[in-house]
Order: sequence, then C-alpha cells, then structure tokens
Amino acid sequence: MGERRYRSASGALVALRRRQHSASCRELAVRCPRLQLRSLSAVTSAVWLAAYGLFVLSENSMVLSAAIFITLFGLIIYLHFVKVDQESLLVIGSLGIQVTSSYASGRESTTFIEMGQVKDVVINEAIHMQKVIYYLCILLQDPGDPQGVSEVVPLFQSSKPRLDCLIEVYKSCQEILEQRKTAPQSSGIK
Amino acid sequence: MVLKVFFPSCCSSAESGILIGRWISEQNSAVILAVVHFPFIPVQVKQYLSEVQRVTKVSVSVLGSWSNSKQEKEESLSEFLEDLGTIFSHEPWIQISKEGDSKFWSCSTLQKQSNNPKEEEIILVYYDQRKVMLSHLHPPLATATSTDHKADDASKLSAVFDTVAKSKILFMTDRYDDGPIKLTHWQSDGVEASIIVELMKQASVPACMLLTFLLSLISGICRSRVLKFWPLSFLWSKLSTCEQLGHRLQHLQVISSNKKAQNQTQLMRKANIFVSLLIDVALGILLMSWLYRKNRIGHLADTLIPVADHVAEELQDLLQWLMGAPAGLKMNRALDQVLGRFFLYHIHLWISYIHLMSPFIEMILWYVGLSACLGLTVALCILSDIIALLTFHIYCFYVYGARLYCLKIYGLSSLWRLFRGKKWNVLRQRVDSCSYDLDQLRLLVVIVQGLIHLLVDLIDSLPLYSIILRLCRSYRLAAGVKFRVLEQQDGKPLRLLMQVNPLSYGSVIQTYRLPTYSCYPKDSWTSLCKKLFLGELIYPWKHKGEKQD
Repeated sequence: MGERRYRSASGALVALRRRQHSASCRELAVRCPRLQLRSLSAVTSAVWLAAYGLFVLSENSMVLSAAIFITLFGLIIYLHFVKVDQESLLVIGSLGIQVTSSYASGRESTTFIEMGQVKDVVINEAIHMQKVIYYLCILLQDPGDPQGVSEVVPLFQSSKPRLDCLIEVYKSCQEILEQRKTAPQSSGIK
Repeated sequence: MVLKVFFPSCCSSAESGILIGRWISEQNSAVILAVVHFPFIPVQVKQYLSEVQRVTKVSVSVLGSWSNSKQEKEESLSEFLEDLGTIFSHEPWIQISKEGDSKFWSCSTLQKQSNNPKEEEIILVYYDQRKVMLSHLHPPLATATSTDHKADDASKLSAVFDTVAKSKILFMTDRYDDGPIKLTHWQSDGVEASIIVELMKQASVPACMLLTFLLSLISGICRSRVLKFWPLSFLWSKLSTCEQLGHRLQHLQVISSNKKAQNQTQLMRKANIFVSLLIDVALGILLMSWLYRKNRIGHLADTLIPVADHVAEELQDLLQWLMGAPAGLKMNRALDQVLGRFFLYHIHLWISYIHLMSPFIEMILWYVGLSACLGLTVALCILSDIIALLTFHIYCFYVYGARLYCLKIYGLSSLWRLFRGKKWNVLRQRVDSCSYDLDQLRLLVVIVQGLIHLLVDLIDSLPLYSIILRLCRSYRLAAGVKFRVLEQQDGKPLRLLMQVNPLSYGSVIQTYRLPTYSCYPKDSWTSLCKKLFLGELIYPWKHKGEKQD
C-alpha cells in the first residue's frame, strides 16, 4: 500500500507504511526519525570537554579513559534499550493484534493480544506538559464485566504521530475489527 | 468465520497421507499433530486414535488429507483423498496440497452440511512442534490472581499449547517401529533421548534415599533434648548461622523427597533449589581454597587482636573525653563519672577476655573456616555472627545509653506539652551526647550486618535455574507468542509463522523467587533510622514471624 509522511507530536518527520497481507490481515508500521549525527557529536564533545577539564584539574589520566568508556557504554545502552526505530501493529482478524517495537540495535520487543481480549481500538487525548496530544490505544476486555475495560494499552508511544496519521491507522484497524462482529457464529461462549 | 490451521513445520516435507489432530470448534481452529501415511487400514487408525484419546484425554481425530506430489497434480489421488472424507467423517474436512517445492500450498475445506456456501478464509499458521511442546505458557501476572477466571475465557493459544503438550505419547513412535501406523511428527526420525539424563534418572533414586536417611539422622540429632536447654536454645535462635543451616536443611529435604513434582511451579522450585545449592557449595569451596592458602587464616588471626585493642583504646579515649568537658559543655559530673567508669570497666573486661582467647583464635578460625564448604551463604552468616560477637560490648553500651536516652525523651516530651514555646532546657541533655556517638558506631555495625544479611537473602532467593533456563532454552518459559507474516501469494491462504515469545527476566524472578526468612525488607531502612532517633531498641537478630516486644 505504500508509505506516507506525517509529523510527530514534537514536529519530527515520521513515515507510515501500510501493507495488506490478506482480507483479514493488515500491518501498519510507523518509522521514527533516525539518530542525528549532530546531536551525537554534540553530546560526545560535551562529555569529553568536561572530562578534559577534570583531567586538567586533577592530573589523573583515569578520568579520560573513564570518559571514553562511559561514552561508549552509554551509547550502546541508549541504542539497545532506548532508541526506537520502528513501531508496528499487525492486526490479524480472529487471531489477535501484535504490537512490535524495533530498537536501533536490532532488538525487537513483541506483545501479542488475543482477539478475545480486545474490546476496541480508540483514539484518546492526553494533556502532556503544555500540549494536548492524541494517542491510539487498545482497550482490553474485563473478563468479569462485559461492559468494563480492564486495561488500556497505548500504542506508538515513542513515535507519537499526530492525529492525521492516527486516523489512518484507526480506520484500517476498525475495518478488520468490524469483521468479527459480522461473523459471530463461532465466537463461542463469552 | 476464519478457519485457522496450525500446521507443524516438521511435516512440511512429509509424504502424502491423512492429518490427525484436534479440532477446537469454539475457535474454528484445527491443531494438526501428525500425518498418517499410506497404506493404512481405517479401522486400525480409529483404534489407535481412541487409544491415544484414552491415555492423553485430548480428543484426537482425523481432520483432513495432505498431499505432497512431486509432479503435476494427480487427479486420481485427489479423488481418493476426497473419498477418504467419507470414511473418516469430520466436519469440515480439510484438504491441504503441496506441489513440488512450492512454498504456497492450496488449502480447501469440504463442508457436507454447509448452510453458507461462501468460501471462508483460511489462515495457515506454522509452529515448531518441539518448542511448543516443551514450552510452558505463563499467564500475565494480573490475570493469574483473578479469582473468577472462567475456563471459557481461557486464552485461545493456551488451548493450542495444551493440546501439543498433552499429546506426548503420540510422538513416542518413530519410523523404525514396526507398527501398523506410520506417522510423521517432530520425533519420527528417531526418539530423542540423552544418555546422561537416563543415567542420572537411574542414579537419582538410590541417591535420594541415602540423602533422606542422612537428613533424618541429622534432624533427629537436632531435635534431641540435649540441645533444648534454655541457654543453648536461646543461643541457637539468635545466631544467624543456625537459621541459615536450618533453612538449607529444609531445602535438602524438599529436593530429596521421593514424590515427583506435580506441576510446573513445584518442578521449577525443586530445580531452583538444587542449582542454587550446587552453586552455593561450589562458591564456598572456592572461598575455602583461597582462604587456606598462604596461611591467610594465620594473618587474619594475627590482625584480629590488634584491631580489637585499637577499638578498645579509641573507646577509652572517647569515654575519658566525655567524662571531662566535651566541646565545652557543662555536664552532671556525678552521673558522668558513674556511667563512664561503668563503661570503662566493661571495656577492660572485654579486652581481658580477648587476650585470654588469643592463643586459641587461630585454631578456632581454622575449624570454623572449614564450615565454608557447606556453602557461601553459611560462610557469610558466620562472618556476620563473628562481627556481632566481637562488637557485643558496643551493643551493651548502646543498650544502656539508648534506654537512658529513651527515658529522657519521654520525660522531655511530657514536659514539652507543658512548657511549649519556652526555651529548651539544655542541662537535661547531659548523657545523651554520649549516646549519639555510640550510635554512629552502632549504626555502622548494624549497616554492615544488614548488608551481609541482604546478600545472603539475595543468594537464597534468586531462582538460578530459571534464569539459566531463560538464558539457554528461552522457549521453555513463554510469556506469549509472536507471529511473523511469511511470503504471500494471491488466491492462496494467509501464511503465518508462530514463534514462542520468551518471558522477560524481571517476570522470571518475580514468578519463581524462593521464599526467605529475612527481616530486612526495603521499607524497614526508614523505620530503622526512626527507631535510632527515638531511642527504641534495635534487635538485629529478630526474624520475621517472631514476636516484637
């Protein structure tokens, strides 16, 4: 289906890619902006300048090697645990919804929510600092109470796309979720 | 509704035959367990399946047909396969066919009593049979505690995992068996077994019996009347070494019991205790081998006496300073002299005692160090007890000072209510500065003891076997599944690959942590400081479950 560009809540460019694998299976992936070389150089230079200043004061060369070690280690930790490259949503009608976050180091963290637990997919608004931002979330069914919601799972938390992108994702998801309402003959005892 | 077919990836290259598995009608999904090859006699197949059903309590039946043709599609074969649908009646009859080496299979269903002739969509989900069979699906921790958990709302995927796990007996026949039925599944090329595991299973029974016998002897000795007299029993309950040894004895009893573990949690607990004990003893022996080299015990004994002397000298200096005019404060001379002389006499007694023991210290340390072979935790507990015994006199000072300080604080607080707003009477604060300084030393000792206890608790409660399992065989501990979409082709069913999503390390530790006997949970550090300030006594050897007075 192709890729389109949108803006995130902070103004950076994000790209939404939609793929339709079959009539009841869709994949929606939002790609976050990459790590900028200039911010990386700025942080590294700041840390090394501070370390050099300390070295001049204390005459201890361990400070310099410690600064190099900290920079390397910090960068590895940041790429492996913090920096998200792509967040995707795979909706398989009658099986469930799979939420994947791929980090910059290649690590992927996946959660699969079965269709029986999904009550609905909605767009919510939240007040964050001085802004009002919109976010997409999955409402999970409360097993005891058919009208209740047991948990809210927010999606696209690192890329934070704006409302226009979220509306596209919402429409795609709802098309598949509606299919389960039109074919209830084997939905079992709920 | 969409039809979901769970197909084992090991059967992708199997010869043509019929598919057997379980049909879950509520979810409209078929879990295929194996492929039965031609030639077979339908009556024998039905007999075999009812046998399997009786043993495993899983409703295994013939679900459809599988045709793997190397050449062009053979018309006669497809008719034959359709006719099979009449012999093994199953609604719906699933037909999967693969041509040559093509990745894209065609899958269709035959519905005899279909009220809607519409073609329903089929999703083909491949799964790794061995991993799914060995994996244990952990429910999310939030739902595990819900009490009104109905069986119908159980996770759909847990039904798939259960089916494969319970059908172990189906996978026990391989192609070298001379039976009437020829199956293809993950073990059909030869049943997996390990010589080491079999040998260990054989050896474990007599080993367990021997261990149980020894443990009953030891616990009999421990329970004997001789050790129950009051001074001794008081001592045993206060020393942390005895507590730790009792704890370990209990662990050994759990491992050496003859009953097999009933469910997953019990099995993991046993395995965790076993691995933790093993590593503990290994580290203890390592520590022992390091300690007994180069006469380190002798050096330790030699430095112990001078350190005790040094501490005593510092304390004496401190008391002399306090008995005078500390920091220019004017004190109650008589009370100062009494308390100061009392404490000085204590120190004198203590130093004489240490000097009396000095020729035997090295021998005592040597023999006590031997007990490190029981485990690193025991060695750490002994260290903690030695520190407690060596600083006992400081604890006595602390008790006297704290009691007096407590009395003063009570008096002050009752007076405060009367004299609110007036100037604070400094003269009343006489002996308390002494308590503050002793408190610092006492605080240090308590912190060191607390750290050692925390370390012991950490080693005791860490589920090492679970962590190693999560590291090496991550598919055994499953938090859920993840799906990957494979290459698609128009007109063919949707192809997905189902993989096991392993549990995160935090959840592993939370689910399988072993219970401990500690009395230092995280939030008691603040209550510790509060007690110090208010003058309530701190009992460093009080354990969870004992009455606080």
